[in-house]
Amino acid sequence: MEDMLFYDRVQFAFTITFHYIFPQLTMGLSLMIVYFKWRYLRSKIEKYNDAAKFFMKIFAINFTMGVITGIPMEFQFGTNWAKFSELTGSIIGQTLAMEGMFSFFLESSFLALFIFGEKLMGQRLHFLTGFLVFVGSWASGYLILATNAWMQHPVGYEILENGKFVLTNFSSLFSNPWLLPAFLHNQIASLVTSSFLVASIGAFYLLRNKNQSYGKLFLKTGVIFGFFSSVLLAFPTGDWNAKNVAKYQPAAFAAMEGIFHTEEAGAEIVFVGQPNMVEKKLDNKISLPNVLSFLTHQKWDKQIPGMDQFDESELPDNIPALYYSYHIMVGLGTIFIAIMGFSLFFLWRKKLFTMKPLLWILLFLVPFPYIANLTGWYVAELGRQPYLVYGLLRTSDGISPTVSSGNTLFTLLGFIALYMLLGLLFLLLVGKTIYKGPKPQTH
Amino acid sequence: MELFWYCIIAIVLAIFFILDGYDFGTGIIHLFYAKTEQDKEVIAKSAGLFWDSNEVWLVAAGGMLFMAFPTYYASVFSGFYLPLIIVLWLIIFRAIGLELRSHFKASMWTSIWDKSFGISSLLLALFFGVALGNVVRGVNLGGVENNTSLYEAHYFFLPLWNSSFSPTGTHPGVLDWFTIVIGLISVVTLAIHGANWIILKTNSSINKKLKNTVFKANITLLGLTIFSLFVWHNINPQPFSNFQENPWLIIFPLIYMSGITGLFFVKKYQNEMPAFLCSTAVILGGITSSLASMFPKILPSTNSTNESLTIYNTAAEEYGLSVALTWGIIGFILLFIYLIVQKRLMGGKIDHMNYGH
Repeated sequence: MEDMLFYDRVQFAFTITFHYIFPQLTMGLSLMIVYFKWRYLRSKIEKYNDAAKFFMKIFAINFTMGVITGIPMEFQFGTNWAKFSELTGSIIGQTLAMEGMFSFFLESSFLALFIFGEKLMGQRLHFLTGFLVFVGSWASGYLILATNAWMQHPVGYEILENGKFVLTNFSSLFSNPWLLPAFLHNQIASLVTSSFLVASIGAFYLLRNKNQSYGKLFLKTGVIFGFFSSVLLAFPTGDWNAKNVAKYQPAAFAAMEGIFHTEEAGAEIVFVGQPNMVEKKLDNKISLPNVLSFLTHQKWDKQIPGMDQFDESELPDNIPALYYSYHIMVGLGTIFIAIMGFSLFFLWRKKLFTMKPLLWILLFLVPFPYIANLTGWYVAELGRQPYLVYGLLRTSDGISPTVSSGNTLFTLLGFIALYMLLGLLFLLLVGKTIYKGPKPQTH
Repeated sequence: MELFWYCIIAIVLAIFFILDGYDFGTGIIHLFYAKTEQDKEVIAKSAGLFWDSNEVWLVAAGGMLFMAFPTYYASVFSGFYLPLIIVLWLIIFRAIGLELRSHFKASMWTSIWDKSFGISSLLLALFFGVALGNVVRGVNLGGVENNTSLYEAHYFFLPLWNSSFSPTGTHPGVLDWFTIVIGLISVVTLAIHGANWIILKTNSSINKKLKNTVFKANITLLGLTIFSLFVWHNINPQPFSNFQENPWLIIFPLIYMSGITGLFFVKKYQNEMPAFLCSTAVILGGITSSLASMFPKILPSTNSTNESLTIYNTAAEEYGLSVALTWGIIGFILLFIYLIVQKRLMGGKIDHMNYGH
């Protein structure tokens, strides 16, 4: 039984991590494509149109990868988490089915129209199709977040005698207090990934001395979007989410902040330190006293419950992983603001395009927003443990009763091999597209 | 309300098999009949332009099944664990085959992805047929051994096959000679459907030959169908009781038969549409007849201890089903409108359409 749970969890974690490499780019990128296309409509400068079409190519590759790695996610609810599906399907099935019907459909259909139909439709309609791709991908994010928000903070339900969760209020799925902050934080984070990619491609063209005018456009746009999204990521959206965790999942909050013992006179904020699970303390700690209490409650001496206040069975089952995920996310977020702040400053002083060291940094910064995004999701998912539906349904009670651990291990190995192949092909295709660069229109 | 959702999901699934069915069929034809580079490219394109918007219907059907019949979704998806995951992998290989072939103009590159597309399409067609066969035949619900259930009454786990490949008895496997026959019917049907699609959408040089293939395959299909009815009678002594009680249900097998009949005249049609409509009728009739013969069961039990899964004992509660109706109907209409718009925009032959990269 323990084995079954372990492999089911590893398989879901692996497949969702790989899947989320793609949507986190497409959601933000679709907004930037709309921006480029809009600039083109206003200015009629071809460069903007080329940029929109170039990034739609990258979008399309990512979207295809998102689709083919996304279908296994929908299937896995049934294959590996049958008990969870049986008990909660009538609720989370609502938002998941809506996602499949509306947003996936909007994205795939209007993406095809955007790519094939520019000459057929004229510029205004072409802009509209791009806009609808954006609407579709953000609606997709919204509905998935609505599903996740219900698992984090269940609302609008009733539990029957046989343990089944029954929906009693459809609209409460969307007014869930967990949903809006999580959605905004997630979308802004997606914008960070995409703007960093745009800036990185810009830096690549400038360093390579090729496609210079595109390089400047991409770099400028990427840095401006990148700076403002990095700031919005921390405040207000990140702050808002942390407060939600403190309010609704205090045990998870204590674990992610690394508070082993409750401090009566206010909690410290930890910057560095490794959780020592044997002695229940942090090794090599660097911290500032009382700051966490202030950030969370705006009162320096407000008491925040530490992990010692909770029963072992209510605490997340992997505290170090949760703690590190959270600190990596926050640490990277802070670095993003700093680097983008510098870049914006030099952009304003008109020096950025020739500052090679900074261009190299921007070029290689691209993997880090991905890491920050994924660790952010680990915080959400590890923090919810040991529950699938917070406080109500334990993760160990959600797995498929008939699927043995050997079967899951076999399919896990298959997914690992297949996704490695997909990853290689993906890098090859995106690399080729970026290398070729945006093609100026030939009439 | 259960009945309504059952019908909606059945329709969406049927549409999925009709639409993505021609992609699978195109893959099968591509594997065996496309010889020249130009044909290969055009035939792959006739599926490549459409597969992802066709897959929307699969995702929609899966989502609605999850919402409306959660117990069924949980039972079937975990019970058919291995074959389903294998189907997922095949769907991935099919998709990357189609998406990647035209990225580099090198014959080794394209031939690898063509094979990936062709072989996975063939296996998918087979597996989807086998899946239908399994659902019609039933499974050992509750995992009954010596009259005691190993699991809760609505759970099961099916091995890929049992030692005798036999569909009778309480312990069937995924593959037995009944489900393989249904799998073959599916392969032949979808190959015909794909050939008709290629003839309809392209000017490939093998179009004429394909008409001949369709004609011959249709004879095989008729033979397999008659054979499957005998086999079916062997498993289920009264496969036609629903049709006797509700004679109007006969319309579904009639759709199937009219499709097969129509396909015999494939060489006589002046234009391409009638043949495609005939193979569409075969798919539609085949799926609906199978479902109608079982109704209200959706997964029969092969043991006498646990009762079969029906639309009534697996459905979600009334409130959820009725609120979902509003968005479900809107979504269904949107999907349908898009389908029509897409078919009009991309109507006619696609030989000269551009992939876009």
